[in-house]
Amino acid sequence: MNEQFDVIVVGGGPSGNAAAYTLAKGGLRVLQLERGEYPGSKNVQGAILYADALARIIPDFRDDAPLERHLIEQRVWILDDTSYVGSSYRSADFNKPPFNRYTIIRAQFDKWFSRKVQEAGALVICETTVTDLVRDGDRVVGVQTDRAGGSIYANAVILADGVNSQLAQRAGFRPEIAPREVALAVKEIHFLPEETIQSRFNVTGDEGVVIEMAGKITQGMVGTGFLYTNKESIAIGVGCLLSDFSRQKTTPYALLDHMKRHPAIAPLLAGGEMKEYTAHLIPEGGYHAIPQVFGEGWLMVGDAGMFVNGVHREGSNLAMTTGYLAAETLLELRAERKVFSARNLARYRAKLDGSFVMRDLRKYKNLPRIVEKNPQFFTAYPELMNKAAHTLISVDGIDKKAKERAVRKHFVSARSRLGLLGDIFKLWRAFE
Amino acid sequence: MHILVCIKQVPDSAQIRVHPVTNTIMRQGVPAIVNPYDLVALEEALRLKDRLGARVTVLSMGPPQAEAALRKALSFGADEAILLTDRAFAGADTLATSYALASAIRKIREDMPVDLIFAGKQTIDGDTAQVGPGIATRLNMQLLTYVSHIDNVDLERGEITVQRRAEGGVQVLCTRLPALLTVLEGINEMRFATMPDMFRAARHPLAIWDREAAGVTDLTKVGLKGSPTVVSRVFAPTPRMHRAEIIQTQSDQPDDLVATLLAKMFTKFPDLRAAVRPRCA
Repeated sequence: MNEQFDVIVVGGGPSGNAAAYTLAKGGLRVLQLERGEYPGSKNVQGAILYADALARIIPDFRDDAPLERHLIEQRVWILDDTSYVGSSYRSADFNKPPFNRYTIIRAQFDKWFSRKVQEAGALVICETTVTDLVRDGDRVVGVQTDRAGGSIYANAVILADGVNSQLAQRAGFRPEIAPREVALAVKEIHFLPEETIQSRFNVTGDEGVVIEMAGKITQGMVGTGFLYTNKESIAIGVGCLLSDFSRQKTTPYALLDHMKRHPAIAPLLAGGEMKEYTAHLIPEGGYHAIPQVFGEGWLMVGDAGMFVNGVHREGSNLAMTTGYLAAETLLELRAERKVFSARNLARYRAKLDGSFVMRDLRKYKNLPRIVEKNPQFFTAYPELMNKAAHTLISVDGIDKKAKERAVRKHFVSARSRLGLLGDIFKLWRAFE
Repeated sequence: MHILVCIKQVPDSAQIRVHPVTNTIMRQGVPAIVNPYDLVALEEALRLKDRLGARVTVLSMGPPQAEAALRKALSFGADEAILLTDRAFAGADTLATSYALASAIRKIREDMPVDLIFAGKQTIDGDTAQVGPGIATRLNMQLLTYVSHIDNVDLERGEITVQRRAEGGVQVLCTRLPALLTVLEGINEMRFATMPDMFRAARHPLAIWDREAAGVTDLTKVGLKGSPTVVSRVFAPTPRMHRAEIIQTQSDQPDDLVATLLAKMFTKFPDLRAAVRPRCA
């Protein structure tokens, strides 16, 4: 007896859940397959939830989703070995509901999201790995799993199986991900009492703070670090391009350990108890790395389709939005009584192009290549900026004009006049 | 043959955390699993089913979330699943739990007589190993604990022969049915469910029994009221201060290793030098 569904969604992360939820709500027969023991058991993120993307799918999610803290302050730190220069934005306006961003713990959040998917009517089966697609000629007509007992059939398959998407690779929809197009990030969760977090970060109640970091913490590699406040814990992590890790022969845990000892970071973690250590790959290839994301009877969403905005550290919202748009495409075609052919599914790509997902990724399309070729943005400049701040702020009997001259000299001797101009141009090109 | 398997959903003890301030167990975020010892019992029941043909019913008492544990049991091949859930059962110790389960089993027997009941050796959260024997006692059934192998089930004669791990050896015991067995860990390996079984488990309706359905009338015998056990204090074990040390030796020759170790030992415990007299200089 073969099982037949309207749509099979492979993967139980944000993109798969968004797709399965939307499809089931729309009345389609949906099967979602997840390889982890329960949805969320294998999913790793910083993690910040961008409310907007979820609210478009589940408007009243705030009623029962497990949320940690809503963010009222964002700090950006550029670090050298002993100091940082930074900026921060804190606003009481972020305290007005509905809140815009939350910290979450993915294991709990994903369980909640999956419950919503099941309540919407999708059949969710865990601990089952999809090993291959079943095809009829060019058309994808179902999936094969690691369990005995036959194939499962569907009119469309949504590949939401994450950054490594072995399914897409095996099917030839996507090449193996290149080490320079993916970051390896590691994260620890440190438990701290609620009151300690509140006093340490100057917040009350469920208010939270985000610190995004760059500079010498990545030891010359292309990458960033972060520190997020949860209710009773702090998430701290760092990620760098996989190619850089292998070139520098640095291990991710050593990098994170080093970062945790930074004099500006260590006091924030002091007295905490490490509870969790996780690692994850993050697609960083940007616009140019995005493969063909639809075909005969299939669609690709989330990390599988490399939908990550590395500049703004956005991924899960792109995942949910792509999952939602894929589902919306299928629902529309179904209502119009059209088949799920590549020609018809091209509508998904058009929806993507019209959304913030592709607009943002297109804006930064040159950035991955530029930062990869210009490590000075992660080494020389953080040091120069911190030195400059130190020179200008110290009061030591030297006149201000002389200080400014010294700072200028530092910059020129480190990068040369032409180099400085070139770097400005490159930055402009990357962010234009 | 009708086999009943009692299972419990427990927090994954490998991931349990103790709140550093209040010293209470933090259950939030700790994944719930089927008590691993119960899975051994279930697999043993399923093997009997494969061999002799049987109907396997799984029974669990717990909060509504324990449904996940029963669905898992269904995916492995159990035929029916019953969840005993009622606010009145909350806070039960082993005495009250065995009372509620025994009541439910009496109800199950009304529908179809039970020949064998399987339970795990113990749970990983309570570690008491009392509920299985408690049920057998309440139902006046033959009790075989720490079973390491089922030699034979003779349905015509109504007998079962098992091997039982005991201090100093293995006992081969034969008793009459119906019997309750608690089985040892490591005697089998749980099967990997097939895809059709996964579908069946996901769709199969569960029987959800409250206290009425389970035939529990005396509310002083279940839940917190029926539990004489008092937890007076919960505390985390103090972390050990001893540290392992890696000792360098000249070579990996045994005599060199022994000499290095002895030297190390004698510097740490000088009194030992006098006590240990080398047999050969």
